[in-house]
Amino acid sequence: MQFGLDKMLGLNQQALKIRARRSEVLAGNIANAETPGYKARDIDFKAALERAKNGVGSSGLKTTNPRHITSAGSTPGRIDEVLGEMKYRVPDQPSIDGNTVDPLREKAAFMENALLYQANLKFLGSKIKSIKNALKGE
Amino acid sequence: MSLFNVLDIAASGMSAQSLRLNTTASNLANADSVSSSIDQTYRARSPVFAAMVDALGSSPEGIGVRVQGIVESQAPLRKQYQPGHPKADEDGNIFLPNVNQIEEMANMISASRSYQSNVEVAKTSKQLLMRTLSLGE
Repeated sequence: MQFGLDKMLGLNQQALKIRARRSEVLAGNIANAETPGYKARDIDFKAALERAKNGVGSSGLKTTNPRHITSAGSTPGRIDEVLGEMKYRVPDQPSIDGNTVDPLREKAAFMENALLYQANLKFLGSKIKSIKNALKGE
Repeated sequence: MSLFNVLDIAASGMSAQSLRLNTTASNLANADSVSSSIDQTYRARSPVFAAMVDALGSSPEGIGVRVQGIVESQAPLRKQYQPGHPKADEDGNIFLPNVNQIEEMANMISASRSYQSNVEVAKTSKQLLMRTLSLGE
């Protein structure tokens, strides 16, 4: 695509999606802070964003005939493909019931994630504002 | 949208923790419930938590928590010799529950802290949702 809103907004929307998913995972960890045998998990944000930037591959337009038009450039993949495999946390102090959640760590991670989500929203908001300005042409 | 799932997960945590608080309250209230036979005596109860893996099969990211069941403590009951007690058996014994009050107090604090964490999570995700809704205004 030569010109598109998608391109203008850039990686921000992908990053926002990943952040939202990550907050879900961290909320799950906090809710299960006292579940026996529960293993704390997390999303590798950096790797996920890298995948979102480079495209995951399988999600472009499918061509079943050589005369079909291929989608140019890399397309951001579906969110599930972008997220990839979830990682398990290595506990500092594993508890005897097999639970690996450290509530303080999870809370800090959740807060950080929420702040970065808001930062992302701000970037996206200012992008939208500048597009609006350009459209108005005042 | 995943931020709505965060609300569900936090709600599951809150409900699980409040049930835990409920059992603790019940244990503390019945700490001195006397009975005249071993079978009828109150035993300390505690919930067993489990991750909501099957219920949320479609969304494997965040997992809520559910109460799998409530188990009764197998610790020995307290037996006291009080022949004057109206509930004493033929031998003059009464049976007191196996509630450990110190344990219950610690449990109560832990439950209320966990409940608070879940409330904070719900609050934060609500804020994020509100900000997202006002995007581009």
